[in-house]
Amino acid sequence: MDLAELNAIAAHERASRKPIRIACCTSLGCYASGAVELQQQLTAGVAATGRAENVEVVGVGCMGFCGHGPLVRIEPEDLLFEHVRPEQAPAIIAALDGGPCDVERGDPRHPFFARQLPIVRRNGGVIDPERIEAYIAAGGYATLYRVLHDVSPAEVIDQITRSGLRGRGGAGYPTGLKWATVAKSPGERKFVVCNGDEGDPGAFMDRSILESDPHLVLEGMAIAAYAVGAHEGYLYVRGEYPLAIQRLTRAISQARRHGLSGSQIFETAFDFKVEVRVGAGAFVCGEETALIASIEGRRGQPRPRPPYPAERGLWGCPTLINNVETFANIVPIIERGADWYASIGTARSKGTKVFALTGKIRNTGLIEVPMGITLREIIEDLGGGTPDGTPVKAVQTGGPSGGCIPASLFDTPVDYESLAAAGSIMGSGGMVVMDAGTNMVEIARFYMAFCMDESCGKCVPCRVGTVQMHHLLDKLVNGQATSEDLVQLEALCQIVREMSLCGLGQSAPNPVLSTLRYFRDEYAALLNAPSAAAPQPTD
Amino acid sequence: MAARTLTIDGQLVSARAGETILEAARDAGIAIPTLCHLEGLSAVGACRLCLVEVVGSSRLLPACLTPVSEGMEVRTASERLQANRRALVELLFAERNHVCAVCVASGNCELQNLAVQVGMTHVRYAYLTPQCSVDISHPQFGIDHNRCVLCTRCVRACDEVEGVHTWDVAGRGVNARVITDLGLPWGEATSCTSCGKCLLACPTGAIFRRGTSVAELERDPRRIAVIVASRQERW
Repeated sequence: MDLAELNAIAAHERASRKPIRIACCTSLGCYASGAVELQQQLTAGVAATGRAENVEVVGVGCMGFCGHGPLVRIEPEDLLFEHVRPEQAPAIIAALDGGPCDVERGDPRHPFFARQLPIVRRNGGVIDPERIEAYIAAGGYATLYRVLHDVSPAEVIDQITRSGLRGRGGAGYPTGLKWATVAKSPGERKFVVCNGDEGDPGAFMDRSILESDPHLVLEGMAIAAYAVGAHEGYLYVRGEYPLAIQRLTRAISQARRHGLSGSQIFETAFDFKVEVRVGAGAFVCGEETALIASIEGRRGQPRPRPPYPAERGLWGCPTLINNVETFANIVPIIERGADWYASIGTARSKGTKVFALTGKIRNTGLIEVPMGITLREIIEDLGGGTPDGTPVKAVQTGGPSGGCIPASLFDTPVDYESLAAAGSIMGSGGMVVMDAGTNMVEIARFYMAFCMDESCGKCVPCRVGTVQMHHLLDKLVNGQATSEDLVQLEALCQIVREMSLCGLGQSAPNPVLSTLRYFRDEYAALLNAPSAAAPQPTD
Repeated sequence: MAARTLTIDGQLVSARAGETILEAARDAGIAIPTLCHLEGLSAVGACRLCLVEVVGSSRLLPACLTPVSEGMEVRTASERLQANRRALVELLFAERNHVCAVCVASGNCELQNLAVQVGMTHVRYAYLTPQCSVDISHPQFGIDHNRCVLCTRCVRACDEVEGVHTWDVAGRGVNARVITDLGLPWGEATSCTSCGKCLLACPTGAIFRRGTSVAELERDPRRIAVIVASRQERW
């Protein structure tokens, strides 16, 4: 493969497009509500009405408006249809002529779309994720070509550093610094690992990226490998993401066939072989040392750091581990320059962040917004508030490691430092919206149950402490707790946070601490309160 | 070998480069409680009892894994650390069914000693009282999961010293259990050489010699280190 061939593929792909395009979302949310049958019906309908000459039906990645799926968009008219059922395919085809159509219409200029800034999701809902040609036609792999021929590894790292990109897995470690550390770590053999073990309740950003644009992640990984001097890579994807795994596997074999992965990529001396590893259902495997153990075929449990994986990772070799969304940012940064990327966002949090909006929210789905946008803008403007119009009470960010931010703080800008100051974290991008009917103590108990179930059992504070905290929260919810129990709960939060081995345990108390900070009255109201479920004394 | 000078609990201590804080402290006669650590086996930093405060680090660090450095200032017994350690020991006692009165290891038990060492007088947490099995299918040894603290010393002794890896851990959280040969009864675990190193390494009465009665268990975990050291000298 050389540049001429790459351009030829892109040109051929563009030339074979038909004037009218019916794009049907085939990401998992729409897939589960019948998008595949819908796509078949649309294809059959187009053929039956003799329009195959100038109309094409394309399966595309996630459009983001998941709560309104299955979604269909017609281009170039830019018509959006929501909640489309397979039997409505003829009506949509009829709409091509401007005929009457009773299918629910969406508004592509809705703030949900208009307020977004798609960078990593730019191909989501646009290209067919199962065809490498579609990715190449959208400019794919041209950046890798340019990097391999014209840019030195040090310059790549410099670009990433200057862009201000920080790890999108949650902790926000500067990506350029991590790359530089791995590049400087001595070792013949190095690895690049993509962490796709997304497991926070309500979070599906990485799944959507992998399903909608797998090559973007692969290209980002290849650039990273070139920059740090690695020749082997692993994509660790949780087993609960079958469609993402299928599309990634397909994407890797397509890239290999086109000479874009494997040996002598673009006929240079650069080799990069990448494989998929499927997780077996443990949340803790998203922790980097546990993830490494899992790839090595060992029990997925963390080990103390240092040494960090950058120094001693997979099979003892220097290893670069980044999250899916971090890798998806690489190509846009190299393509458009560090200065462009650094111009988006706030002083210390650059670029965009993808969030999964779920819970008591009208517009459930996936959004990509610039850093610095306020929680209020996300929840009220993009999200449309609660479905019944009642006020939002709080939003949970960062999953079981994060916290609940009350509505009074919704003017907090979304950046790493502000969210941490508010008692939560950026996290990987889950946002669960809660309304007045939500009992915050029950929420804390839910997240504690999650941590308790997902604790690997290696270290004592996390293994036993989470069970004890859950027990106390259970007592609270059932109205059986005393004020001493509350004191003990707070003491345990401190112990588990200070003493646990890995991030799972260290952050497990966060949902309790943040709800205690903002909703202590709800805890107090439950102290010794007879529960509705508990038997009442009869005398 | 280069030496390093550091301060542990206000006392100037010299240590070899590459040594851990735990080794340096023990050489200087400063006791740091441990449970999962056993000399001769790799350190895993799992029990968290040996966490210490190091000036300049916002996090508590495991003494068993953190190498000494020049000028390091370590505190091993601050009020916070003592309170946290006592809580951890209480959590362990609450986790399974540790009944000293009927235990073979009573009087020769590291968990019991720890309770004394950290000043535990009672357990503030709810006892979880799990249903744990006892496996006496092996002709010589038995394991009582009621007394296991998941320190994984048996796992490491079997893997690193005997070179067999009969033991491992299955399940997660409080449901984690040490297992023999992919969960077979110990007596059917064909990889087991019946060497007894797991028995030597066990800090409690979880692994015992069959036929031992209450408080009769005699074993010296330090022999693991002797085996390892004597091999190094010979080979």
